[in-house]
Amino acid sequence: MTTIGVLALQGAFREHIRSVEASGAAVVTVKRKEQLDMIDGLIIPGGESTTMRRLIDKYEFLEPIRAFADAGKPVFGTCAGLILLASEIDGSYDVHLGVMDMSVRRNAFGRQRESFEADLDIEGVAEGYNAVFIRAPYIERVGKNTKVLASYDGHIVAAQEGHLLACSFHPELTDDHRLTEHFVKMVEKSKQTLAS
Amino acid sequence: MAQTGTERVKRGMAEMQKGGVIMDVVNAEQAKIAEEAGAVAVMALERVPADIRAAGGVARMADPTIVEEVMNAVSIPVMAKARIGHIAEARVLEAMGVDYIDESEVLTPADEVFHIKKTDYTVPFVCGCRNIGEATRRIGEGASMLRTKGEPGTGNIVEAVRHMREVQGQIRRLQSMQEDEVMVYAKETGAPYEQLLQIREEGRLPVVNFAAGGIATPADAALMMQLGADGVFVGSGIFKSHNPKEFARAIVEATTHYDDHKLIGELSKGLGTAMKGEEMNDETDRMQERSE
Repeated sequence: MTTIGVLALQGAFREHIRSVEASGAAVVTVKRKEQLDMIDGLIIPGGESTTMRRLIDKYEFLEPIRAFADAGKPVFGTCAGLILLASEIDGSYDVHLGVMDMSVRRNAFGRQRESFEADLDIEGVAEGYNAVFIRAPYIERVGKNTKVLASYDGHIVAAQEGHLLACSFHPELTDDHRLTEHFVKMVEKSKQTLAS
Repeated sequence: MAQTGTERVKRGMAEMQKGGVIMDVVNAEQAKIAEEAGAVAVMALERVPADIRAAGGVARMADPTIVEEVMNAVSIPVMAKARIGHIAEARVLEAMGVDYIDESEVLTPADEVFHIKKTDYTVPFVCGCRNIGEATRRIGEGASMLRTKGEPGTGNIVEAVRHMREVQGQIRRLQSMQEDEVMVYAKETGAPYEQLLQIREEGRLPVVNFAAGGIATPADAALMMQLGADGVFVGSGIFKSHNPKEFARAIVEATTHYDDHKLIGELSKGLGTAMKGEEMNDETDRMQERSE
């Protein structure tokens, strides 16, 4: 069975776990780096990116997650998770994991009072998808191998680069599991490829 | 098309704070220490609860200069407190762009009967609760997040423990009831009936419930997480300790790894003196009793 880990240092990991279960994969709550060996794909949830980064450093997750992604295993970052994956943040190359070729802007839509929900089309994944944006970042620029999956108000809000998936909204906060299902399929495919 | 201030957006914001620590700060310097230590948000105040308690008199919304200074200093969310029932203070804070308002019994209530109708606001609110009746009434008024009241500024965890156990115990009792028993439970607890049915069905409150009021050490934070808190607020506990930076970091870690007792032991070593605590007795001014 395909096993997906949810990084559970801080943030909305319980909702992601529920969403993965609803998508038919097994879940591991990842709090220790050794657990990365048990999983086929990793979700980095929404939360506070500065808090998560501090805990990632403290528990020496940074290199193991980079190695996990470099080995071709799929990683899905949502909101704060997207910021952690990006190769450029707020115009600076002072990055966290830096594994995905894209430039992101933090709190790009404004403060909490500007947080919103809106319907989106996500290319090849879902039409009329209710997306929840909370103090959300957006993607300013993607690399040549990164495919834009969705935009809102002229800004990129979801993208995929091979086995890496990122979105600036929160797929775990609704009962629409189509984006998580898309990630589960990515993991199943990579598992077959990596096994052969 | 885009909708702001929806229930999902407001409650979702609190979901993102789960497993984290929200710290009281009174200036930009403290806010930066909190952010650096890994706080998920800061509460901008004029005085921490221990000083409010010591000073006496009427405690009001902080000077907007302080709130602005903190908002400019950090990129994590900034919360601020309004007096219970003080619609104007809440509107001022909303207009300033704070990310969350705490309608708080730590300040002197403006209204001894009614709370703010929080569904009217775009900004989300957090409120204190001691039991399922208070919890559900605040949710009914539109609170998107709850916290125990505890007894703020005392450095004494006993009241926060009482309030967390009470809410958790009541949820368990509710789950073991037959549906035809719920209406009488609604009468006894003063909780809206429909909300009780929903909580009985899901086995949890519809919003996150943090611990607050008296948390002074990493072990206090871990205790509250073990009792079922979704995260913790630390008021006076950090900047009234002798070593705020180390206390802040240790409390953040203890909250993440609340079930790793060996680790909590390690990070409690050599932290220095925690804030001076206060025994609860008949003379204690109980801020928790300022609203229900």
